[in-house]
Amino acid sequence: MTDLSKTGAAVGEPVRAAEAPETFLEVRDLKVHFPTDDGLVKSVDGLSFQLEKGQTLGIVGESGSGKSVTSLAVMGLHRLGNRGKNVQMSGEIWLDGKELVSASPDEVRRLRGRQMAMIFQDPLSAMHPYYTVGSQIVEAYRVHHDVDKKTARKRAVELLDRVGIPEPNKRVDSYPHEFSGGMRQRAMIAMALVNNPELLIADEPTTALDVTVQAQILDLIRDLQKEFGSAVIIITHDLGVVAEIADDILVMYGGRCVERGPVDKIFYEPQHPYTWGLLGSMPRIDREQTDRLIPVKGQPPSLINVPSGCAFNPRCPYADIPKGGITRTERPELREVGGRHFTACHLSQEDRTRIWTEEIAPKL
Amino acid sequence: MAETTDDDKPLLKVEGLVKHFPIKKGLLQRQAGAVKAVDGIDFEVRRGETLGVVGESGCGKSTMGRLITRLLEPTGGKIEFDGKDITHLSTGGMRPFRRDVQMIFQDPYGSLNPRHTIGTIISAPFRLQGVEPEGGVKKEVQRLMGLVGLSPEHYNRYPHEFSGGQRQRIGIARALALNPKLVVADEPVSALDVSIQAQVVNLLDDLQEELGLTYVIIAHDLSVVRHVSDRIAVMYLGKIVELADGGKLYESPMHPYTKALLSAVPIPDPRRRSAKSERILLKGDVPSPISPPSGCRFHTRCWKATEICKTTEPPLLQLRPGQQVACHHPENFEDQAPQDTTLLAAAKEAAELVPEAERPAKTDDGDEA
Repeated sequence: MTDLSKTGAAVGEPVRAAEAPETFLEVRDLKVHFPTDDGLVKSVDGLSFQLEKGQTLGIVGESGSGKSVTSLAVMGLHRLGNRGKNVQMSGEIWLDGKELVSASPDEVRRLRGRQMAMIFQDPLSAMHPYYTVGSQIVEAYRVHHDVDKKTARKRAVELLDRVGIPEPNKRVDSYPHEFSGGMRQRAMIAMALVNNPELLIADEPTTALDVTVQAQILDLIRDLQKEFGSAVIIITHDLGVVAEIADDILVMYGGRCVERGPVDKIFYEPQHPYTWGLLGSMPRIDREQTDRLIPVKGQPPSLINVPSGCAFNPRCPYADIPKGGITRTERPELREVGGRHFTACHLSQEDRTRIWTEEIAPKL
Repeated sequence: MAETTDDDKPLLKVEGLVKHFPIKKGLLQRQAGAVKAVDGIDFEVRRGETLGVVGESGCGKSTMGRLITRLLEPTGGKIEFDGKDITHLSTGGMRPFRRDVQMIFQDPYGSLNPRHTIGTIISAPFRLQGVEPEGGVKKEVQRLMGLVGLSPEHYNRYPHEFSGGQRQRIGIARALALNPKLVVADEPVSALDVSIQAQVVNLLDDLQEELGLTYVIIAHDLSVVRHVSDRIAVMYLGKIVELADGGKLYESPMHPYTKALLSAVPIPDPRRRSAKSERILLKGDVPSPISPPSGCRFHTRCWKATEICKTTEPPLLQLRPGQQVACHHPENFEDQAPQDTTLLAAAKEAAELVPEAERPAKTDDGDEA
C-alpha cells in the first residue's frame, strides 16, 4: 500500500487512491465486532471485495453470516442504535476514492442518500407511517439539494412514475399503509434513487414479496441500473435472484467470504464445500423432481464462538481430507483459483475438482 | 395416474367451499361487505399423496388450510373427511377428528409456548385427547423427538434454546404425536435458511414414507412445492384456477396465470439469464378480494382475455388426464371459447408484457412436455 493522496477530498470531487485504480467501491479487510454481555460478536471478520460502476455484486449467505452488517457498515449505519455505541470497526472502505471507515459521521452522512443509498427488506418498517410517501421522498431530496418544496415534489412524482406507481400525481400524497407490498417497495426504490446514487445497496429487496412482484422489482432494479450506471450490491439468500441479476457473487459464511467470483464460475465451477451445500439444498423448479435434496448438516455457527480453523469445518463433509487436522487449527485464506475467482478452503485444487466433478455436480 | 384408476376413496373431499369474512361498519356494526377469501373451491386429497397449494399472498391458500382443519368455520360448502361430513361439527364433535388431522405452522417462534418445555409441548396432544401411549408419555415423546431428529435428552429444554430449524422439528413432532392421517402444513419451511430448509423438506419426505402420511402443503415457494408435491393446486383470488399433477403443471401449464407465475420464478442458472425474453411480467397487483373481478377473476391481468372472460366464470374442468383448469382460453390446449376472439383492452395492454413467442394466435394443441 502506498500513501494515499487524500488531501482536499471534498464530497463533490473525490480524489482517487493511487493503488485502487478505477475501482469504484473497494472494501479491504473489513471487521465489524459488537461487544455484548455474552462475548464479542464478530459479525464481519476480515472481508474484502471490489465493485465497479455499472456492475452488480450479489452477496449470499444464511442468516447470521454477516451480510447485512457488511452493507450497514458501508452505509455507515452500523453505529446507530444503542448496540452500536461501542461497535469495533476496522479495515478500509473506499468509495470513489474516499475512505469511509476513518471518515467522520458527518462526512458519511453527506454521502449517504446522495452517493450511496439503500433499499431495505421490509418497506413497511423502513418508511415512516405518519408521513405521506411523497413527503418522505421530498425530504430525502431536499437534504441534499437546495431546492424549494415544489421542485422537490415534482421530482418525487417523476420518480414514482419512473418506478411504475400508477397515478403518481395522486399517489404522492398517500400514506405507506395505503400502498400494497409491491408498491411500497417501489416507493422505497424511488426514495433511494431520488438523488441518483452511484452505489445502491439492496438488502433482501424482494424477500417479502410474491414471485410475480419480485420479477417486476428485479426488472426495475436492472433497468434503473442500466439507466443510471450505478453500482449495485444485492444481498439475498436466494440463489435464483443472484443468478438472475448479479455479475459477481460473494458467498459469506460466519462473517467471512468463503468464495467470490463471476456468477458463471460460482454456479458452474464452485470451489467451496459450503457453496456446494447451498447449491445442493436448493429445490429447483427447472429440473425434474430429484429424490432428495442434499442439505448441509448441522447448524450455522454462532458468531461469538466461531469454530477455530475453517469456520465451516464442523459441517464440512470433506474436513478430514487435508492432512494434519489443518482445517481445525488454521483459518484458510482467500486464494485465487483462476480468473477473478477466489476461495478460502484447505482442500487442494485437485481434491476440489475431483469432488465437484465426481460427487457433487452429478447430483445437482 | 388418471383419476379413474383410483379405486380408493379420497381421504379429504371438498365441495364448493366458501369462506367470507364480514366487514362491519358503523355504530350498529352492519355488514358492509365481505372479504371473499375462499370463494367456492372443489378438490380432493387422495390417501398417501402430497397436495401442494400455491398462490400469491391474499389468494386464500392459508384460509383454505384453516378451513379443512376446521380452525375456521366455513361460510358454505362441504368438507368430507374419510367419508364423514365435518363441515359444521361442533367443537366437541370435532374432537375425535382432531386426532386424524394435524397442522404444522409457518412460524416456529410463534407456534410454541415459550413457557412450556419441549416435553410438555409435544405431549400436549396426549393430554388433550386423553391418550395414554404404550410405555408412558415420556417414552413416547422421546421416541417422537428421535423420529424428527432431535436428541431425546432435550426433553426438559425450552423453545428459546433451539434454533429455527429445530423448533420446526418440534412442531412436526407435536403434529405427529397422535399418528394423524392428514397433516396440513402452512408454509412449513419459509421461515428457515436454505440449508436448514432442505433438512426439513427431507424430513417431511422421510416421515411420509415411514408413516404413510397424507400432506397438504401450502407454500408460496414454487420450487419447494414442486419438489414435495404429487399434485398441485394453483389459487388466485379465492379460486382454484388449475389443479394438476406436478410434472404436467410445471412442464405445460394450461392456465395463463400458472404460466405467468412459473415464468416469474428466478432460475438459479445464470446461463438462462437471457430468460427475460421468456418471462411474462404481470402488471400491477392482485385485485382486492372484497370485490373480485366478474367472470374469470384473472381477466383484468390476462393477455388472452376476451368478452366471455368478463361475463362468464370458467368452470374447473379436466381438459387433459390429471390436469384440471378453469380457463376459456387455456395455454397448450385447444381454445374453449374459439368464437370469442376480440381481446379486451386490458388484454392488449397486458400482451405487451408477454414475449413474442408466447402471444396468442398460435393454435397448436401444444403438448410440449
